[in-house]
Amino acid sequence: MAVEFDKLKKIIEDAFPDAVFRLEDMLGDADHYGLTITSSVFEGLNRVKRHQIVYKALGSLMGNELHALSIRAYTPQENQKKES
Amino acid sequence: MTEPAIFQDIQKEINDRDVVLFMKGTANFPQCGFSGFVVQVLQSLDIEFADINVLESPELREGIKQFSGWPTIPQLYVKGEFIGGADIIKEMMQSGELKELFKA
Repeated sequence: MAVEFDKLKKIIEDAFPDAVFRLEDMLGDADHYGLTITSSVFEGLNRVKRHQIVYKALGSLMGNELHALSIRAYTPQENQKKES
Repeated sequence: MTEPAIFQDIQKEINDRDVVLFMKGTANFPQCGFSGFVVQVLQSLDIEFADINVLESPELREGIKQFSGWPTIPQLYVKGEFIGGADIIKEMMQSGELKELFKA
């Protein structure tokens, strides 16, 4: 079970064209990734729904080829608040 | 499309008990770091919960993913509502929301 960094990055870029995100291969094994993503598509959605959108973009990868993806999903507004 | 039979069992579990954690392994012997993390969080808040080991049943392991619309384990239910997986529990713990949730 593993997914190449570039492949995963491209899937996220394609699914969330407006997003600013940081993808990390946390253990260096291409199997445990961390994703911090900011996109307007998360507006008005709770955490569960946000994560479900990301999972949906990954299709069958998640839980199969990809063992772990830690997700933090923010709206642009929340991100601004966090950094100010 | 008819619902898989396992959905009824899952629904019963989350109706019958306030806090249910679907996890890999048991609370005493978690078999995945993410499951173990959520166990630790719940224990640190003195929350009583039912631990259900999805590794004991392939049907349950797949069924719970479909039931929740969530592809990963662990999954936490409180009062019949899906709260989230390990990342969400972590964020809710850090923000204090988790404590609030169990106060109610």
